[in-house]
Amino acid sequence: MNEHVQPVHRAVVGKGIAHDSAKKHVSGQAVYIDDMADMPGTLHAALILSPVAKGTLNGVDASEAAAMDGVVAIVTADDIPGHNDIAPILSGEPLFAEKALDYVGMPVGAVAAETFEQAVRAAHAVQLDLTEQTPVLDIEEAHARGDHVIAPQRLVSGDVDAALEKADRIVEGRLEIGGQDHFYLETQIAYAIPGEDGDMTVHSSTQHPTEVQHHVAHVLGGFANAVDVQVRRMGGGFGGKESQATIIACAAALLARKTGRPVRMRLKRSADMSATGKRHDMVSKWRIGVTDQGRIVGADVEYLARAGNTADLTGPVITRSLTHTDNAYHFPAARFVGHACKTNTVSNTAFRGFGGPQGVITSEAMIDQIARELEMDPNRVRAINYYGPDTGETTPYGQPVEQNRLVEVTDLVLQSAQWQHRRAEIDAHNATDPVIRRGLAMMPVKFGISFNLPSLNQAGALVHVYQDGSVHLNHGGTEMGQGLFVKVAQVVAEVFQLDIEAVKITATHTGKVPNTSPTAASTGSDLNGMAAFKAATAIRDRMTPVAARHFDVPQDEIVFREGRVHAGNRSISFAELARMSWAERVSLSEAGHYATPKIHWDGKAMKGRPFFYFTYGAAVAEVAIDTLTGENRCLRADILQDCGASLNTAIDLGQIEGAFVQGMGWLTCEELWWDDKGRLRTVGPSTYKIPGSRDVPPDFNVAILESAPNAEETVFRSKAVGEPPLMLAVSVWLALRDAVASCGEPGLSPNLRTPATPEAVLDAIDDIRARSA
Amino acid sequence: MTTHTAFVLNGQPVATEVRPDTTVLDLLRDHLGRKGTKEGCAEGDCGACTILFRRGGDAEAPMLAANSCIMSVAQIDGGEIVTVEGLAGEGAVLNAVQDEMAKNGSSQCGFCTPGIAVALTGLLARNPDPDEGAIHDALAGNLCRCTGYRPIVDAAKAAAARVRIEPAPAVDENLVTSHTDAGGATAHRPRDLRGLLMLRRDHPDAVLLAGGTDLGVPLAGYETRWPETITTGHVAELRRTDTGDDHWTFGAAITWEEVLDAVGQDYPSFATLIRRFGSTQIRSMGTIGGNIGTASPIGDGPPALIALGATITLVSLEDGERTMPLENFFLDYRKTQLRADEVIASVTVPRAKVGETMRTYKISKRYDQDISTVCGAYWLAMDNGTVADIRIAYGGMAAIPTRAPNAEAALRGKVLTPETAREAGKALAADFKPLTDWRGSAVYRQRVAANLIERLARDVAGETVEVMAL
Repeated sequence: MNEHVQPVHRAVVGKGIAHDSAKKHVSGQAVYIDDMADMPGTLHAALILSPVAKGTLNGVDASEAAAMDGVVAIVTADDIPGHNDIAPILSGEPLFAEKALDYVGMPVGAVAAETFEQAVRAAHAVQLDLTEQTPVLDIEEAHARGDHVIAPQRLVSGDVDAALEKADRIVEGRLEIGGQDHFYLETQIAYAIPGEDGDMTVHSSTQHPTEVQHHVAHVLGGFANAVDVQVRRMGGGFGGKESQATIIACAAALLARKTGRPVRMRLKRSADMSATGKRHDMVSKWRIGVTDQGRIVGADVEYLARAGNTADLTGPVITRSLTHTDNAYHFPAARFVGHACKTNTVSNTAFRGFGGPQGVITSEAMIDQIARELEMDPNRVRAINYYGPDTGETTPYGQPVEQNRLVEVTDLVLQSAQWQHRRAEIDAHNATDPVIRRGLAMMPVKFGISFNLPSLNQAGALVHVYQDGSVHLNHGGTEMGQGLFVKVAQVVAEVFQLDIEAVKITATHTGKVPNTSPTAASTGSDLNGMAAFKAATAIRDRMTPVAARHFDVPQDEIVFREGRVHAGNRSISFAELARMSWAERVSLSEAGHYATPKIHWDGKAMKGRPFFYFTYGAAVAEVAIDTLTGENRCLRADILQDCGASLNTAIDLGQIEGAFVQGMGWLTCEELWWDDKGRLRTVGPSTYKIPGSRDVPPDFNVAILESAPNAEETVFRSKAVGEPPLMLAVSVWLALRDAVASCGEPGLSPNLRTPATPEAVLDAIDDIRARSA
Repeated sequence: MTTHTAFVLNGQPVATEVRPDTTVLDLLRDHLGRKGTKEGCAEGDCGACTILFRRGGDAEAPMLAANSCIMSVAQIDGGEIVTVEGLAGEGAVLNAVQDEMAKNGSSQCGFCTPGIAVALTGLLARNPDPDEGAIHDALAGNLCRCTGYRPIVDAAKAAAARVRIEPAPAVDENLVTSHTDAGGATAHRPRDLRGLLMLRRDHPDAVLLAGGTDLGVPLAGYETRWPETITTGHVAELRRTDTGDDHWTFGAAITWEEVLDAVGQDYPSFATLIRRFGSTQIRSMGTIGGNIGTASPIGDGPPALIALGATITLVSLEDGERTMPLENFFLDYRKTQLRADEVIASVTVPRAKVGETMRTYKISKRYDQDISTVCGAYWLAMDNGTVADIRIAYGGMAAIPTRAPNAEAALRGKVLTPETAREAGKALAADFKPLTDWRGSAVYRQRVAANLIERLARDVAGETVEVMAL
């Protein structure tokens, strides 16, 4: 068994060590890209955006803008020396519009000026000669017209039609699932610095430095080896700085190339929310066959997803919706189909959960509807449909459900939340209160960890040990606040048995670790932690013989512990061993590489084992709704999340709480609202409402599942944590449904769209009352 | 001739010659190198730019959190600012809030964090032992997208009683000016009402700037410039509150934070509304006169003030004062009785009397710091169990905040019950034709405005009517 599986002694890993930048955050000393000192000659840049949702661009009149104070350069598609294409997967997704204007906020060009204010004012002054056309804004209309950005995806297992035919009853439903803006506090930004020989250094607030590197190179008409992308930290990412960061970085680099001066581009919040993609809003529709006992026998589920104007990452987002439509439940026969509808709205993109949330909420909506129509306890319907722990049941895409902890996590959370007692209490309340109704719900989440695309499941790390025993750590993961850097540093410190302070955390840098995967899909610590583990272990394994020779003992008697290297009761400091190793001409540097084992995926057949492992969680939420206004509130939430053997309990707890609250926002208060011209009218926090501190459940109990090391050989047997708990917020929406259901006759299932704003809740109450009458 | 703006920054006197219509955030970041204060939204809603501020001439006032993104340099002359870099005081690295936040996992990406450390420092310096509600009130103007807030609230509790703000030397009075000219923009800062009225007469195109919480938004977005500004914040007469036995008269430049302090005892429901009105950052700058003068159809002050029967006093050099019921002040969308040479002098609000009831209900997507979809305000005088007199006013239902005469008539002389309230709600259909927008559809607005009258009846009868009361 490998040492990372069963370490003898854990000094650093597993501890609740604070975020490495915590003191810098609270004192304002952490440097974000906009805080970096201007290099001499630095220009500031802003995007020129399309004012129409659909049109033909006949020309750009920049004469007025060019004459404005401080304006140095204006670029459009014509100024691109290389390819005007920044598609992350496919092709034909332009940096700047050429002829076709496809959404309000589509970048048409960019302005560089001496100050940011001058750039923004000049960008607004650029006149576009355009012919406006009628946009397609509605996803169902787009679907009906056959407007899609990619072909439909079909995940099929068993004979669905036969199963539905034989079912005792058919349950049919439909759900409108809202989108979500990332609302990272730091808007998109990049700082491009031209060098000699056409080199370009780009400081980019991105989750995907390699994609930025490649697109900058190709937009400039050069090679990736001329572009160096660096990321010290982002002020939040959540998926929004995966593919979208390339827009900003490429525009900055183009202006830097044109002017020969450093260019910093950032987006004002309204420009950021107009120009960059969001979580896909979707409509899901289902026909499920069930037995009279509530057992699912087959399901036909269809998603219409708003791709927006291009594909971007919509394909894999839909794949994840389809592969999470089962959530925790066994579907003996399934036909899950996803359509990527092309609309004249911003191209939607990655967002924490990456299609998984839309799949999970659809799954839970189906279960809740079955329970209500059969007048059964929803948790009973869940339990009888859970994947069995030992039945060998596989997902519709063919992966066995291993390490199945569904019963464990749901039983534990029902217990800690005092379900029975509170269920009775709430039912009693609802029987008498004329206005305020309460709701209670539990739900599990099973989430697959790994990128669906096998090639992305790899990572590199670079570790140096210097002669004074200090350690330099670099890897391909990026820090967006999630605590990846401290977790990976813990891994390296653990290998060398050093204090965490001995490990220098450094900015992600494509020149140090190349061909990085995006920090996404919750895989940051799994992949980069393991790559760093391998690099550090290789160095330590080269240092061990040096120590053995020094002490004249066999290698297996050498023990690294507490910053020293021991042989029996003799020891030297780690620094002394580092110096000795150098003197003996032993390499103290290593590039580690890790590729996730076991995974494979046939994207055409939609079969395989896309996920290295599953992670499990469960939540109970209680809400209250006001039946006069639809106002609603989550009063209590109890969460239990599987983190395997957590690398850092404090960081993981923060991820769980933060993800849950972000998920609550998605499902309750965060509403994207477009007008009939296709203009997003919620482009700032005054109109787009993310949760505030008072929206967090006043009784908020969050726990990490104990004694649950990952059965797979992940780094120190940990599990990924970034995305799964976001979906636990579906419990809040289910509790809202429960409260709405109390306003109608038994046997009726509420129709509650998301986000469940006060208006949506009141509509659902009206609807169920009308059906009861 | 270029003249400067003088203020105290983190205990040190500063004189700057930037344009007075520069935002304070840009001044701090781009001109003074204080990069700890962040821009998250440039509309006064996310709080990443939070500073502590005390205006010139208010030496006794507490330092309050404010949004530097929508504050202009015109407003800070003679005042005092503390940024995140100055929180810990000289020599110290972190204050108790910062220390607890760093230990508690209160930051993830860290971008909102300086603003939160500043906002909580402002709270704890004023209130060493805040309850959870007060902590939420103080955080209402600060958004965090990463943490879920729990560790931030915990850090605030842990730091309670251990935070103070070092007293700073006052701005050298010789440096304080009533006029700044720089970079082609001028700011006038009159000290008395007569001076204000003369400037108003002589510069009819100048921007009349009170707290700037509304006007500052396009400035922060670089969508406008103010070549000439007249600020009201230093006008002594406008900064007075006259408290009588049966009324208050608030000078137009009295901030909502100050109004809140005054009205809380008499009108707890109005106080609740004010606490949901922006945030500490907004209330510490936004004024009662500005909120009325900007004439937004969705401002939360006017419906409550109209329901209370407030009057407004306008004044000009030419014609002196004129006073009218506030409900007559609003003419049409963003149009009021205010003439180009006039300013709002004061607002007079009757105090609570026995037998009268006042309630306000605000409906929005988020409880804190949101703009109303519908805001209802209700004032009732009861006589022998029946409604003797009633005023109902709504915001969000029409182009101006206005009364609902049909609904009022339906209740006058009736016993207030859920049934009579529902009848009044039906009558309300004749009072309004609301619009559909991103805050809510016309149908929802109409329905909720009616339902709120039922809530009123239940509330007055002692039922729990709001989920936030649970």
